[in-house]
Amino acid sequence: MIHCVLHDPDDSVAVVVVEGIKAGAPLTGLILDEDRTIELECRQDIPIGHKVALKDMKVGDTVIKYGVDIGKVVQPIRKGEHAHVHNIKTKRW
Amino acid sequence: MQTTFQGYRRENGRVGVRNHVIILPVDDLSNAACEAVANNIKGTLAIPHPYGRLQFGADLELHFRTLIGTGSNPNVAAVVVIGIEEQWTKRVVDGIAATGKPVQGFGIELHGDHGTIMRASKVAKEYVQWASEKVRTESPLSDLWVSTKCGESDTTSGCGSNPTVGDAFDKLYAAGSTLVFGETTELTGGEQIVAARCRDDKVRADFMRIFDRYQGVIERHKTSDLSDSQPTKGNIAGGLTTIEEKALGNIQKIGRKCTVDGVLDKAEAPTHPGLWFMDSSSAAAEMVTLCAAAGYVVHFFPTGQGNVIGNPVLPVIKLCANPRTVRTMSEHIDVDVTGLLQREITLDEAGNTLLDMMFRTANGRLTAAEALGHREFVLTRLYESA
Repeated sequence: MIHCVLHDPDDSVAVVVVEGIKAGAPLTGLILDEDRTIELECRQDIPIGHKVALKDMKVGDTVIKYGVDIGKVVQPIRKGEHAHVHNIKTKRW
Repeated sequence: MQTTFQGYRRENGRVGVRNHVIILPVDDLSNAACEAVANNIKGTLAIPHPYGRLQFGADLELHFRTLIGTGSNPNVAAVVVIGIEEQWTKRVVDGIAATGKPVQGFGIELHGDHGTIMRASKVAKEYVQWASEKVRTESPLSDLWVSTKCGESDTTSGCGSNPTVGDAFDKLYAAGSTLVFGETTELTGGEQIVAARCRDDKVRADFMRIFDRYQGVIERHKTSDLSDSQPTKGNIAGGLTTIEEKALGNIQKIGRKCTVDGVLDKAEAPTHPGLWFMDSSSAAAEMVTLCAAAGYVVHFFPTGQGNVIGNPVLPVIKLCANPRTVRTMSEHIDVDVTGLLQREITLDEAGNTLLDMMFRTANGRLTAAEALGHREFVLTRLYESA
């Protein structure tokens, strides 16, 4: 079963695509652009559609999805944690 | 892929997939008479809206262009126009009459609602009986104009439903279709990707001028930022974090092969086949209304969290890759592409499934939004009335 998907192998976040993902769950991630999978452990409960971090990130780091910049880190994020509006912000406006 | 569909060829050569007789108000004051006519004459459709008084300049031009475009849409067989007075009513009638389709206008002043409803109902009855004898004929795929706009997006939109539209657009583009996308603000963060896809420097300059103009509007009117609006609360609940992320998901709708061949003003009709960018709001009903006014006859609407939008004259086909939405809001979803995110189907297969539903819809199948009575008709305003 695919638990999360990412677009580009260099993406720093992946999208959870199943319901009920809990902390400690092993995740299989599908790289859409390459049709191969990766494995990681989830550190927090993450709702469907929300993102899981694929690597440790510090404040000021650029978040990569679709292989490009989607914003900046505003709170430290560890691999496997929930990545969303509480720790990532836009660089625009 | 099929190469033909069954459509209604109109007087000006365009082909529609619906056969509506609409009762179109020029202004807010005429909604009641239009709804009374549509109630009298079965099979006609009133399209009420809240505007049309004391508008001026570019805002008034857009109002006329949207009303005339909606009446001119090939999904419409004939039109009855009602306005409070005769001069602006005549302007809308004359604009629609250029297509060659039956259209007649009525002013309420000097007649009142009763007299207007009686006169307009007589014409509407003739039109609906005339339209009911129109038959579908086999038409080439290149005559099918297809628009797209996504709504209540979430992260599954960018991974699943939007790339499905992109795959279908790549295939339609190769078949010579006329396509459009828009949502000016929702390209923020991905504007350089769109610019790189433009056919030539002129199209690129036109696109960037429109993009930059709206960034200026945001700068003038924003409070802290747009984070209460873009992404929307629904987007954020669905897992989208920033406008850049939303935009990159949005852009998946234009596929990987087609180029952006031209830029349209709001509600402006394209002049040749290809993929067009239309300057437009990212609010679903506004953008779909502008697509209908530009002459598009089928719409692809990917959703993540479950936008329920429809349009009075433009069939809106909804597709979704979020299994929770498909489970909880199944009556709104025409095409389920959740299998894409479980590697059960390929993107090529997902695109073909959408195209199959497009042909069925073009041939007459009612969309979920049509069956549920969704007829959102929302006019874009540029500034306050005089």
